[in-house]
Amino acid sequence: MKLDDPFVRTAAPFVVGVILVSVWEIVCRAADIPKYLFPKPSEIAVSLFTQAPMLLHALESTLLVTLEAFAISVVVGTLISFVFVQSKLLEVSLFPYAVLAQVTPIVAVAPLIIVLVKNTAISLTICATVIAIFPIISNTTIGLRSVDPGLLSYFKMNKASRLKMLLRLRIPSALPYFLAGLRISSGLALIGAVVAEFVAGTGGRSAGLAFQILQAGFQLDIPLMFASLLLIAVTGVVLYLAMVALTKALLGNWHESALTEEH
Amino acid sequence: MIETEIAIRGEAAGLECATVPVITLEGADKVFSNGMRGLDPIDLQIAPREFVSLIGPSGCGKSTLLKLFANLIEPSGGRMQWWGEDFRRVGSAGRRLAFVFQDPTLMPWARIEENVALPLDLAGVATAEIEQRVAGALEHVGLTAFRRHYPRQLSGGMRMRASIARALVTNPDLLLMDEPFGALDEFTRNKLDADLLQLSFERHLTTVFVTHSLYEAVFLSTRIIVMASQPGRVFAEFVVNEPEPRTEEFRTSARFAEQCRELSGILTQAARASGVV
Repeated sequence: MKLDDPFVRTAAPFVVGVILVSVWEIVCRAADIPKYLFPKPSEIAVSLFTQAPMLLHALESTLLVTLEAFAISVVVGTLISFVFVQSKLLEVSLFPYAVLAQVTPIVAVAPLIIVLVKNTAISLTICATVIAIFPIISNTTIGLRSVDPGLLSYFKMNKASRLKMLLRLRIPSALPYFLAGLRISSGLALIGAVVAEFVAGTGGRSAGLAFQILQAGFQLDIPLMFASLLLIAVTGVVLYLAMVALTKALLGNWHESALTEEH
Repeated sequence: MIETEIAIRGEAAGLECATVPVITLEGADKVFSNGMRGLDPIDLQIAPREFVSLIGPSGCGKSTLLKLFANLIEPSGGRMQWWGEDFRRVGSAGRRLAFVFQDPTLMPWARIEENVALPLDLAGVATAEIEQRVAGALEHVGLTAFRRHYPRQLSGGMRMRASIARALVTNPDLLLMDEPFGALDEFTRNKLDADLLQLSFERHLTTVFVTHSLYEAVFLSTRIIVMASQPGRVFAEFVVNEPEPRTEEFRTSARFAEQCRELSGILTQAARASGVV
């Protein structure tokens, strides 16, 4: 069996999933576990379908916060790294604050932001952005600095302008790092959105999937809780796969990380 | 000076008096910022259409000297002229020189044709002209069929060819090469050596070539500058006695073997003078 075969690579985890879900269903049925303790997959599926309109609405709200935070992180984070690369002084002065924003647990900061910012949607987006932006800044900065010294002297020897140096050399060199940053950042944006929703949700000011989980917990509707959790997980996977596809599209021809066939 | 110990055969490129030298060094030296002495003062002229090799034990400053020629580093003292004028005044508007590094230094994200087009692109040459000149340069090095490939898809020798095409595309008068074929296997290197000779002959290039291989130096050069280290200096000059254009036959001839033997003797002396042996 060839492990490079895309069919095998898709089918193998799928088979594992089917087995796991089947065992789960069988064990729950055999042991007759009540659904308010641990629901069967079939009960989760039923909950997913019957509550679909509400769940989809919640998903939409979470997804919106995630994508907004991700987009802001990409744009602002990239701009900040360009500034950092232009001036080492600015980088050493400001980078510690980027680290500070990253290492302070968002759960601890979120209540403050939610209190300070009246509009719930905006405060959620700010929370998610605070943690999603860091990998973009750090990766892009490293990438913009990681230029092959040979190519750099070649460009300098040819009296390349700053702009051409940026467009033809620094940006392509930084691209693999930037894309790795995107993968991490997309996941963090979702985590940030969900965490912020939890915090806001305890204050009763939210929609979103995390709020659904909270509500389901209060009402002991465990299948609904699982259904919401499933949607969050699926969102994370879809985001991740989208980033993988983007990486493949942009680097597939040349970068080692995106190559599949042997040469 | 030690150079006088070695008899220099023939006239060191008789062209020198007739035309302006491509490079003139007058007492140019290099002291690095850490105070280390890279090169002792050097007086040297390189005439148009010469093929000069720099050879010597490691640490003798051959790469430093080549970088000095390219103005990748500035001399600490003395004078350097390009085409008879101070190098600072010639600037980028002057005649073109091209540098080929030890590594191909191609952009991995760009196709071969884009890589070759780079110096023209950076100089702001019109697209139509770029296309035409890139096609010509690729044709010259035999990479036309691979123009749409990415560097990683090519062998080491082909990547080096692409690097040479990138140097040729600017129509340089002076080609500076820093051990360009050092990392290649012997067959590939011999082939590229022969191709390089033909190219520099056809295109009337002046070439300065750093190498570790005395066979390569003898096969390619009209003149060989033997250097010694501690501190880096010119130890001797050796004029290769073989008319141009050279053929593969030269490589296996008795004349070639004889001159290699002679150069080998000088290199041994240079190594001894450097305290290596």
